[in-house]
Amino acid sequence: MKYLFFGTFFGFVLVKSEVVSWFRIQEMFYFDSFHMYGIIGSAIVTGLLTTLIIKKWRLKDVNGNEISIKEKDNSVTKRYIIGGAIFGLGWGLTGACPGPMYALIGSGYLIIIVPLLSAIIGAFAYGALQQKLPH
Amino acid sequence: MITDFLTQPMPWYIAGPLIGLMLPLLLVIANKTFGISSSFRHACASLIPSAKKFSYFNYDWRKQGGWNLKFAAGVIIGGLGAAFFIPEGYEVAISKSTQATLSNMGIQDFSGLMPAELFSWSGLLSIPGFVLMILGGFMVGFGARYAGGCTSGHAITGLATLQKASLIAVIGFFIGGIITSYFLLPNLLG
Repeated sequence: MKYLFFGTFFGFVLVKSEVVSWFRIQEMFYFDSFHMYGIIGSAIVTGLLTTLIIKKWRLKDVNGNEISIKEKDNSVTKRYIIGGAIFGLGWGLTGACPGPMYALIGSGYLIIIVPLLSAIIGAFAYGALQQKLPH
Repeated sequence: MITDFLTQPMPWYIAGPLIGLMLPLLLVIANKTFGISSSFRHACASLIPSAKKFSYFNYDWRKQGGWNLKFAAGVIIGGLGAAFFIPEGYEVAISKSTQATLSNMGIQDFSGLMPAELFSWSGLLSIPGFVLMILGGFMVGFGARYAGGCTSGHAITGLATLQKASLIAVIGFFIGGIITSYFLLPNLLG
């Protein structure tokens, strides 16, 4: 239930702040407005400060367990630059990264079911080819 | 006042911190690391029976990914809730410069969250529609899983926790996005 609730909150903010808009994503890549940079930047600062507090005070989760932040594999680089660029091409074309795809479908843009299914097939293709790709 | 807040677009300085709060909230309440594109992997593992033969999908998706699929379902509900507050004739107030650039490519309808003339069921049969929706979607899923994260997992969680991998991934996102905006779209849309 709690995940459904968090997701609902996240989806609501994504739509209300127009992060889900194809127009806003083009505007971001043309560097014509501060809007998207303001959102991503202030989200990063909020995450940075709050996780610093969590680490510094060694906060526990609500069940009393040590909080563990999943680390990316920082020993490789190819997958991030190549995978990232492929993702960026897709983000620019669809105007929607994964969170917004779900949110747009909820908002009634049912056509976005097509890019979402396509993205799931893309994830399948990655899983099938993983061993052959440079990481 | 509250109705203004709900019908007006949310300014960046409110939306950004609210999105950023997802990271500590998920950590403290559930000990989960914020990110959403892994839901694509879990969707494959749960929906495609033959996926299990690839090691990438051979894991307990309920245990590892159940939470992320519920989170994604929540995002759909959140989108539905937000749609109730979208006023009639809503237009995203993008900058004049972007509007001019897109008009030059032939986009005329600036109502709603995306250009209706491109994102439609009939548009799927056209080359621009196919590239924008099907090819674009495929690259979002393939690229996010190849890079091990998307905007939430890398650009927000990864940068907020100062990970080198995420900085490289975000540079990649922008390389791809800039190629799309400056090269692909002008050629695709004319």
